[in-house]
Amino acid sequence: MKLDLLTSLYVFMLAAFIGFEVIRRVSPLLHTPLMSLTNALDAIAVVGAIVLAAEHKTTLAAVLGTIAIVAATSNIVGGFIITDRMLRMFKSSGPKKP
Amino acid sequence: MIFSENFIEIAYIIATALFILSLKWLSSPTTARRGVWAGEIGMGLAIAGTLLHFGIVDLKLVAIGLVLGAVIGVPLGKVAMTAVPQRTALSHAFGALCVTLVGTSEFYLRAPNIPPFMMAVLSLEVILGSLTFTGSLMAAAKLQELRWPPQRPVTYKGQNFVNLTFLSLAIIVAAVLVLRPDQTRLFPALIFIPLIFGVMLIIPIGGADMPTVISLLNSYAGLSAAAMGFVLNSKLLIIAGALDGSSGFILSVIMSKAMNRSFTNVLFGGFGQIQTAATSEQEAKPVKSATAEEAASILSAASRVAIVPGYGMAVAQAQHKVRELYDALTKRGIDVRFGIHPVAGRMPGHMNVLLAEADIPYDKLMEMDAINGDFPQTDVALVIGANDVTNPAARTVQSSPIYGMPILDVDKARTVMVIKRGMGAGFAGIENPLYYMDSTLMLFGDAKGFVGNIVRELSGGHG
Repeated sequence: MKLDLLTSLYVFMLAAFIGFEVIRRVSPLLHTPLMSLTNALDAIAVVGAIVLAAEHKTTLAAVLGTIAIVAATSNIVGGFIITDRMLRMFKSSGPKKP
Repeated sequence: MIFSENFIEIAYIIATALFILSLKWLSSPTTARRGVWAGEIGMGLAIAGTLLHFGIVDLKLVAIGLVLGAVIGVPLGKVAMTAVPQRTALSHAFGALCVTLVGTSEFYLRAPNIPPFMMAVLSLEVILGSLTFTGSLMAAAKLQELRWPPQRPVTYKGQNFVNLTFLSLAIIVAAVLVLRPDQTRLFPALIFIPLIFGVMLIIPIGGADMPTVISLLNSYAGLSAAAMGFVLNSKLLIIAGALDGSSGFILSVIMSKAMNRSFTNVLFGGFGQIQTAATSEQEAKPVKSATAEEAASILSAASRVAIVPGYGMAVAQAQHKVRELYDALTKRGIDVRFGIHPVAGRMPGHMNVLLAEADIPYDKLMEMDAINGDFPQTDVALVIGANDVTNPAARTVQSSPIYGMPILDVDKARTVMVIKRGMGAGFAGIENPLYYMDSTLMLFGDAKGFVGNIVRELSGGHG
């Protein structure tokens, strides 16, 4: 148990550093799509909710888990759709590709 | 069972790699769409892996949840571009809701056998989750301009004291639960106090602070998801949460810097107090105004034009008319570029999305630092619905509430034209000396209508 938490802390720290380095490079042009995309990715929390609803250990857990699935799934579906819609709109002006 | 245990872990590892690639590809508009696909594939893998792992235990509820979520998600993905800020706030609320509900279930499933560190992380998850839930709902309601809450900042005496009290109460409850996880009666307080705190936190926030606040809520939502990853011992979730959290954090830092304010100032200052400083001493000064015809003839004589859009352009839905103006001017060989302040609009990058929607090429959308040096060589700076981000008082007047805030140096252009409804002050009630300069022409009217008139003059009249 102790070891799990320590490993988790390492993972968190490394992921935070990767996040900083990767996201620092995102052009301000795309800050809105960035936020909607990270939001969709964040909704991976749905896997935790799926476990609750599938295991059905108590009624409370199953009900809350199902509501959580609804909330997260709407973020996944809506987040990916709107991010792609936004990115499709960004067009360059000429043949000169950057 | 061992096999399936490995299978799901491998699916999660691939998903993690795809998530990181997804954000990496988002760094440039040319690869960004690939980033969305990577994210979608990663998400699909992770969900499919989880479903396969649990096999046929009981997927009825899961199926209902997934279908209902998709039914809600599709329309949320198809909102108008002007509504993207409130949609984003709403999705932060949904993400936080999911995390809070899962945290709550985990507590009741495990109590009283929860080790102290685990309980601390669980408390963090639930506190951040519930305050982000109501806070984001409030932000979404303000952005949607619902009748309640008011969009103007609501401040009252002792506000910070009240807020800090709520926060401390939540932390005290968490501390008690860490020591005595069998006190399950206390747990609801760990949800309800932050729920109220979330409302109180956003009440004093006004429109111009929304970019910072949305970013901050984004960061909280990510951190709460990471905390949930600790509780469930899911590395995938920790990483996704950390990525989202750091993204929100970076954006909040950029937004605060662009307003020359600190986080704590945005959250605990409230813009309201500042208004007292904004006495109008320049009332009597004359301004020069011009008609659409005059504006059109000045623009057609220019060779370099910089357009500076602000939230007013979004409100007036003028972006498509601005596109027509861009076309009319470019056709005449005039160089037209856009100067975009980081906090223009209601969320980070808001203006870029609106202009891209209107088919303006993204290489004409310049960041503040990239265009500021060019203003002295610019013939006309056309300000549409922006105010505080062009206020030269930020550079010179030390007593000004926005002193020190980086601005677009439109005042250095040879001619400045400002489209504005009237002489009313901007969001913070701060006078803008830009309007009284000799080189400034005020174009009074609705942004959409006025730009349309200029376009008509340019195409119809003397060409």
